[in-house]
Amino acid sequence: MNLHPTTAGLLLAGILFVLGLISVLIRRNIIFMLLSVEIMLNAAGLAFVVAASHWGQADGQVMFMFILAMAAAEVSVGLALILQLYHQLRTLDSDEASRMNG
Amino acid sequence: MDIAFIVAALIAVAATVRVITCYNIMHALLYLVVSLLAVAVVLYTYGAPFMAVLEIIIYAGAIMVLIIFFVMMLNLGLETAEHEKAWLRPRIWIVPGIFCVVLLAELLYLILQNRQPSAGIQVVPPKQVGMALFGPYLIAVELTGILLMAGIVGAYHLGRQHKKTLHRFLENNLNT
Repeated sequence: MNLHPTTAGLLLAGILFVLGLISVLIRRNIIFMLLSVEIMLNAAGLAFVVAASHWGQADGQVMFMFILAMAAAEVSVGLALILQLYHQLRTLDSDEASRMNG
Repeated sequence: MDIAFIVAALIAVAATVRVITCYNIMHALLYLVVSLLAVAVVLYTYGAPFMAVLEIIIYAGAIMVLIIFFVMMLNLGLETAEHEKAWLRPRIWIVPGIFCVVLLAELLYLILQNRQPSAGIQVVPPKQVGMALFGPYLIAVELTGILLMAGIVGAYHLGRQHKKTLHRFLENNLNT
């Protein structure tokens, strides 16, 4: 295997992103869907860092830090939403949330 | 493409596949932590050690601990101890343990070797990142701070429990 390192890194990021996408599409447990979104964000950050090391620019790593902060904010709000869903409906099935009212 | 990257990438993909095929949430979280550690090693091989440390501290540390505490908080009850006992059998944590030992050995090997990254990779020093962060990206940093603040307030607002029992005087008045 004689891939260029940038190609290999982007390939790994793409594989991880597709795995997260498959999981967020097929899962019904809402915590697993949140974890899949985390996997996808992580893959996107990996792609940014690989691009940064390809061009030798710092912008990709800056974007990685922003993605990290956004993931922290997103997971806290998402967990609070799941908590409310669990207390209202007594389940973690995401299909149950389709009959939310009020 | 060196051997360290290949090993870390294989561990990352294997752990992520285990995450999305697990039925038990705790097993999935365990494998997800391993996956994040493997991605941190990959970041190290790409000449971004500061980002690798941030990945371990924030992703594998803060966010994963938040989710694990949350999951443990959700299923309170008498069967929690039995679940705990069933979840922590050696058969469960031995594969993530092996993955973690491999990753630790690899990271130590990479640090002690102190070599240059392979051709085609340019190292971006943390100083350059900091200069970019507080130079052209200053407004984005401020916006990130606002986003985190909004996240805190939103999480507090959404996660707040409404009081089910009022004061007994008010409760009596409500019943009558």
